[in-house]
Amino acid sequence: MATTTVIPATPAPKLNYLNNGHTLKSWLLTTDHKRIALLYLVSVTAMFMLGGFFAMLIRLELLTPQGDLMQADTYNKVFTMHGMIMVFFFLVPVVPAVLGNFLVPLMVGAKDLAFPRINLLSWYLYVAGGLLFLHCMLNGGVDTGWTFYTPYSTVGSNTNVIEAGLAIFLAGFSSIFTGLNFIVTVHRMRAPGLTWGRLPLFIWSNYATALVMILGTPVLAITIVLVAVERSFHLGIFDPNLGGDPLLFQHLFWFYSHPAVYIMILPSMGVISEVIACFTRKRVFGYKFVALSSVAIAVFGFLVWAHHMFVAGISLYAALVFSFLSFSVGVPSAVKVFNWTATLYKGSITYATPMLYAFGFIGLFTIGGLTGLMLATIGINVHVTDTYFVIAHFHYIMVGGALMGYLGGLHFWWPKITGRMYPEAWAKLSAMFVFFGFNLTFFPQFILGYLGMPRRYWQYPPEFQVLNVLSTAGASVLAVGYLLPMIYLLWSLRYGPIAGDNPWGAAGLEWKTTSPPPTFNFDETPVVTWEAYNYDEIPEPKELEAPVAR
Amino acid sequence: MTADHEAHNPALLHHFADAQQQKNAASLGMWLFLVTEIMFFGGMFCAYLIYRLAHFNAFAAGSQQLNIWMGGVNTAVLIVSSVTVVLAVKAAEAGKRKLLTGYLVVTVLLGMTFLVIKGFEYAEKFEKHHVPGPTFNFTEKFDDNGKQIPVNPKEAELFFSLYFAMTGMHALHMIIGCGLFSTLAVLAWKGHYTTNYFTPIENAGLYWHLVDIIWIYLFPLLYLISRHT
Amino acid sequence: MAQPESTHEHDLTVEHEHTTHSQGFYIAIGAVLLVLTITTAAVAFINLGPFNPVVALLIATIKATLVILFFMHVKGASEKLTGVVVLSAFFFLAILLTLSLADYLTRSWR
Repeated sequence: MATTTVIPATPAPKLNYLNNGHTLKSWLLTTDHKRIALLYLVSVTAMFMLGGFFAMLIRLELLTPQGDLMQADTYNKVFTMHGMIMVFFFLVPVVPAVLGNFLVPLMVGAKDLAFPRINLLSWYLYVAGGLLFLHCMLNGGVDTGWTFYTPYSTVGSNTNVIEAGLAIFLAGFSSIFTGLNFIVTVHRMRAPGLTWGRLPLFIWSNYATALVMILGTPVLAITIVLVAVERSFHLGIFDPNLGGDPLLFQHLFWFYSHPAVYIMILPSMGVISEVIACFTRKRVFGYKFVALSSVAIAVFGFLVWAHHMFVAGISLYAALVFSFLSFSVGVPSAVKVFNWTATLYKGSITYATPMLYAFGFIGLFTIGGLTGLMLATIGINVHVTDTYFVIAHFHYIMVGGALMGYLGGLHFWWPKITGRMYPEAWAKLSAMFVFFGFNLTFFPQFILGYLGMPRRYWQYPPEFQVLNVLSTAGASVLAVGYLLPMIYLLWSLRYGPIAGDNPWGAAGLEWKTTSPPPTFNFDETPVVTWEAYNYDEIPEPKELEAPVAR
Repeated sequence: MTADHEAHNPALLHHFADAQQQKNAASLGMWLFLVTEIMFFGGMFCAYLIYRLAHFNAFAAGSQQLNIWMGGVNTAVLIVSSVTVVLAVKAAEAGKRKLLTGYLVVTVLLGMTFLVIKGFEYAEKFEKHHVPGPTFNFTEKFDDNGKQIPVNPKEAELFFSLYFAMTGMHALHMIIGCGLFSTLAVLAWKGHYTTNYFTPIENAGLYWHLVDIIWIYLFPLLYLISRHT
Repeated sequence: MAQPESTHEHDLTVEHEHTTHSQGFYIAIGAVLLVLTITTAAVAFINLGPFNPVVALLIATIKATLVILFFMHVKGASEKLTGVVVLSAFFFLAILLTLSLADYLTRSWR
């Protein structure tokens, strides 16, 4: 039975994945999925800070109606870099490559992922893409918008389109290999007794995400290749002057980029399932429905891409079809929200930091999702497309949803990953900053968009200033909320209380091994004879709220 | 914890429970990679489909300018190479080292034959000024059952852009395949593969077959748009 | 290096899924593929109107199916999963092609 009390004072340094080898080579040439997860954590966080820096520049410029902080061309580059970094180098990899890499083998009772060397290759591809992108940025960046629309990206722009495209191509293959690894691991390496119906919902979510990575990313890859070829050799694949169709680019681009948003949200949904189950001490309500909804979201997500193109010139009949399909893709997401809410009923709820992020997720994701339905309605879409309404919508999902899910998961599994507890009071305070700052930043943007403020403009009519100032103020608060964890999580590595195997009293195989786990995860391969979320069999941890002093 | 030190397959990696699990994992991994390849080429097939419908005459005219003999022979070459790949796997399974190496080498030679013929094709296109870009000049007409229909040269250039993009990407995959099989041939000759372990041969074979399948679709779509006169 | 924990007594034995066909069988399939290639090229010279591309794609699909089922050993594979993986790739490709076409073919409708 897992111990739940905190081990006091100085423990004998047991061999685990962190102290099993101290050289740089043992880290840079590791095939241990846990170390690779940490390598990703460092690089993804660095890219997040870079993307956040660009966000700060955007919000500073938009403090005033005039374009006074930078020139219009520079502003185009700033929002492009913000978007590309955040989408391709942060949101797509973060939960799968950091939490997924760490937890998937542990949760299925395996010693590692199916292909550890390919996992390491994934990280190097990500780093190569990131460095190439940095180089592109230092060379003047890109100004096409993260969506690379043609013919501007192929003919009009004189910025480093091909370099940025190649960087994203590399990051894309990093993503593909991660997904491939996850699918094979879940199919082939589950511990004895761990049937599909006993898998944690975090595994179901990451599995569904991996399906999307495998099926969607290659189309983005070929699209980037075609843009690069067209730009280099002055061909006319997407250029209307040469017989091409710019809408073909958009079809191919969004065929990936819409499912990509499900890559970004599904893993966080998995985190929420785990956190809610633990802090209500209950099995997630409607486990089967939540599991199948993950797969449904992944599949249906491929059927809706042209809702990004309603005003671009597609046929009205195609638009109607895509609008209808876009409504249907909201159903499995709603199923999940209902089931999480039902889980709370008669649960024994603890308001630990991960649970706070989970509550935030449910509320903010729902707002984001409902506004998504509004955008799927062609009549509304025509008015608010390319305005701040769209920006608010996707930030509610990506930041209010995906990022909060990540932060919740990072806190939830921090003791398992590091063997240390984070300071709960500071963590709660940061969560408050994040929640308050987030809403102050992005809710005004719904109103701005509805009132007609266009996106990607570096100046705006003076009547929009008040809302923009509120938004920038919110962004400052949000920034504090993100900086605080970077500080206290680092602090906890040295000074945090030592965590036991299962400080939360949570269900799941990862909690049945030590914190941090040994290099090969389990001393003995577990044999699973229980259902998932068997909280009726797991005793409550004695101390959850107050961390035990050393 | 069982401590039997029975002899185990030296190729067994430590994180797998047994050789069967490793083999099944490798196989599924390769199949998933092939899925990504299908979607990768699929994007270009999508572009081709849409433009062929929009600019049929120009596409047909361009297609008529392709060398059907070279395309046809190349198709046959790839089919034969797929047979040699299957026979290589059979030889590996039977533990026949020399036969395996032989089939692998023949496969590489057939692959190189394909690439050489492709090279001649590309050279022919270059001479006729059908390579997209600054040297492009298309004055040929679409022969529609005897009727000579002039076509928009920009649309014809679009056809050739897709032709070179699709066959070029395919050729790149052939080159990678030849490199892969050459490596396997060397390792096979050295005795790396036994009756109990020839998973790389099988999985490389899957890759080669997929590259063959892509060409099976490219041939009629590019070379046979409108050949009846 | 850690001794792998084996749940089988002899982890030397590995399941084979492809011992069912003889060398002659594979060569025969290859011959069929070559015949189909000649057929598709020959039929291209016959005017079938709108059915030319249909026939060409049909023959290509038959050839691809033969390669997948027999050369890639999907027929007789130990798991249905292999077939599911193959079909899903073509299914999602079909979605890309079909839904994009749905836009292009209906653009001129009013």
